[in-house]
Amino acid sequence: MKTYWLLDHAWLVPLIPALSFWVILLVGKRLGARAAWIGLGSVGASWLLAVGNIVQWIQHVGDSDGSAGTKAAIGATVRSMRLAAEGHATNEKIVTPIVHATTWFQNNGIKLDVGIQIDGLAVMMMFVVTTISLLVHFYSTEYMRDDRRFNYYYAALSLFTASMLLLVVASSTLELLVGWELVGLCSFMLIGHWWEEKPNSDAALKAFLTTRTGDIGLLTGVIMTFFVVQRATGQGSFNILAVNSSAMKLGEAGSQHTLLLWCAAALLLAIIGKSGQFPLHTWLPDAMAGPTPVSALIHAATMVVAGVYLGARVYPIFYQGFHIANGGVNPMALVGGITVIIGAALAFVQNDIKKVLAYSTISQLGYMVMGLGVGAWTAAIFHLFTHAFFKANLFLGAGSVSHSGAHHSFDMKKDMGGLRKYMPRTFITFLFGTAALVGIPLTAGFFSKDEILAVAGENGFSFFKIVGLIGAVMTAAYMTRCVYLTFFGEYRGGHASDAHAADVAHASDEAHLDPAHAAAAAHAGHDDHGAAGGVGVPTGHGGEPHESNNIILFPLYFLSFMSIAAGYLLAPMLHIDKFEQWVTPHIGTGFVTFETSKFHAIDPTVAVLAGLIGIAIAYGFYWKHAFGQNASEKNALLGAGKKFLVNKFYLDVLYTDGVVNGIKGPIARAAYWTNQKIIDNALRYTGKGAVGTAGFVYRYIDQRGVDGVYNGTAVATGAIGAETRKLQTGRLQEYAWVMVAAVGIFVLALAIFN
Amino acid sequence: MLLNQFLLLSAFLFCTGAYGAIARRHTVLVLASIELMLVAVNINLVAFGAALNNAVGQVFALFVLTIAAAEVGVGLAIVLLIYRNIHSANPDDLAELKG
Repeated sequence: MKTYWLLDHAWLVPLIPALSFWVILLVGKRLGARAAWIGLGSVGASWLLAVGNIVQWIQHVGDSDGSAGTKAAIGATVRSMRLAAEGHATNEKIVTPIVHATTWFQNNGIKLDVGIQIDGLAVMMMFVVTTISLLVHFYSTEYMRDDRRFNYYYAALSLFTASMLLLVVASSTLELLVGWELVGLCSFMLIGHWWEEKPNSDAALKAFLTTRTGDIGLLTGVIMTFFVVQRATGQGSFNILAVNSSAMKLGEAGSQHTLLLWCAAALLLAIIGKSGQFPLHTWLPDAMAGPTPVSALIHAATMVVAGVYLGARVYPIFYQGFHIANGGVNPMALVGGITVIIGAALAFVQNDIKKVLAYSTISQLGYMVMGLGVGAWTAAIFHLFTHAFFKANLFLGAGSVSHSGAHHSFDMKKDMGGLRKYMPRTFITFLFGTAALVGIPLTAGFFSKDEILAVAGENGFSFFKIVGLIGAVMTAAYMTRCVYLTFFGEYRGGHASDAHAADVAHASDEAHLDPAHAAAAAHAGHDDHGAAGGVGVPTGHGGEPHESNNIILFPLYFLSFMSIAAGYLLAPMLHIDKFEQWVTPHIGTGFVTFETSKFHAIDPTVAVLAGLIGIAIAYGFYWKHAFGQNASEKNALLGAGKKFLVNKFYLDVLYTDGVVNGIKGPIARAAYWTNQKIIDNALRYTGKGAVGTAGFVYRYIDQRGVDGVYNGTAVATGAIGAETRKLQTGRLQEYAWVMVAAVGIFVLALAIFN
Repeated sequence: MLLNQFLLLSAFLFCTGAYGAIARRHTVLVLASIELMLVAVNINLVAFGAALNNAVGQVFALFVLTIAAAEVGVGLAIVLLIYRNIHSANPDDLAELKG
């Protein structure tokens, strides 16, 4: 077998950003703004290595194909041959992951390894993480310019990237745990980057503590993985390959199901916490308090996908623990399904563009977890892959809008609107991201989301397929609303939100003439450059909204391209299954064996219809909403195309009034109410209860009980000492008297009792 | 039996010694009283030895006398030194170890 230098040395990928972290941390102050270049350079190097890894991995897969005696399946004819050959399950090719590990420590014959496990999943994730991270590093040089903690920001970004990469390449669940916790720490640091404002530091704490709740599950689950291996092979281990094959072995044998079930449940809790699944999703929208590039990184490539990655990495545990092969309903799919709907419903009632995107992420992560839950491993991971690009695109687009168009505010209703005219390039890129998220045909999201739904149907999870379709309708609707509020209508930023400012020209003039006032309005926004010291910073964004510069636009172009192109790695309708070949594990009995997904023409049609219905509903609804403000609708800003669309969907007002207003509003509001009142209250009262219990424990048990015992002992000892020291008079004859008396008493006692 | 009389004598001497050791206000006399208590014990040993027809009691008594002589030597030397230091031989003045 050939050796591949880059695959064998994949540990370099996380190591380089980790070194960059220390360099920036130690000498960053002396470097000033040049610290960014260290971060950029290191992540760039990692990115090159990741790309090299992809190339070598593809070669490796090709070699494995050759050794198994089957040629790489490319194109329709060869593919159909492969499908035909699938009758002989034993003919499945084997692609061995590349594992290099060294002993971390050993105790009593139990060896704990640390090392790398490189397979398609790891290589794919390395590429996603380094790509998004590189773009975010690049984007931040402009977005975070003049930030008061610029170096610190880059140091944290580097560490964030390094920890996520460590998690990705980890060869043991214990190592994965280390990366996982580091990722949590870094997101805490970055969400609370502007900690001078209380809400920001609160949000950071909330994110940290909520995910820590899930981490209880991870720690328990990781410990249980050790015992899974022990039960299966007699020798415990944290090695991921061993864990997977052991889980498969135990599952096939039907033994130790309780252990597998609890292990899966514990790890599912970890996923719920980390990946913002219902009911621990509440931290994710709050995490928007961090700088926007960080949000992009968290939502696209690092933090939240760590949970999904964990689910994919030790998938056999879930597969066997939850009996996913049986179809029906299982906890994993259920959690994902609920999250899809909840997340999408909540996105409707947000006025903050980043919060819309945050709830959208929750909803999309719900798809991924649901995908894993219904046995659509490849599709879920493919959705992770495509989602990373289009969600990063949307977040960075929102950042661009806020940075250059809305005075650092993210309020769509107050400070945006009509930006299509001012920021055409941002608008176009945002549209690409939206199209992919909504699942417009031939975009990346279309292929990946459909794949999840198709496999859900094939595997006998029809219920979740319907949930997914409903989610698709809602996604299309809220994204249409978001795009409408941000880019269409009239510009409401600056002074335009004042009642008398009727037309846009007037508003922008006023903002232009009065930059000081506009700047003041800007600083009311919550995503300012270091808000505490921001007033004196020459931001230069006080005037008219304008297009962002190329540093911000370049990542948007690239991500827009990927929002379309990423989909063409797995498109059953075009007979492309590259992603399946390269990423899905083909290691025989060591992992779940998946069926190659088949193309059904009906699925994409239904999904596209769902998307169109969603868009139609949103247009109708917001058109109706705008009907009250007739004047603004007649404004020249609304192009003829928009008017056509609006008129075309005029009929939908009927549905809107009758159905959508009747159902969607209350449902969304109910969901929001549930979220705010019930879940938040539940959490709050749990918190209060915990605080109360803790207070009670502190006051009565700790202070009075435990401390009482100790203090009482001390006081009693002191008192006894104070009394008994009086016995020690130092007078010999008194001692003698006592001794004689004691002897006398003993003699008496002897005489009496003997 | 003669033993009882010896034991009564011994008990009387012991109590006298104990009283003296507790009540006397001069250290030398306290030491003398302690000697009295030792003598009482010796009488006991000899008496029991004779009664049980066993020589060990008398041997033991001889040992006690020897040790007591040495002990008195040391004790008197200490008393002498104390007197040199505090110009008093009253045990009540020796309360340095008061708690």
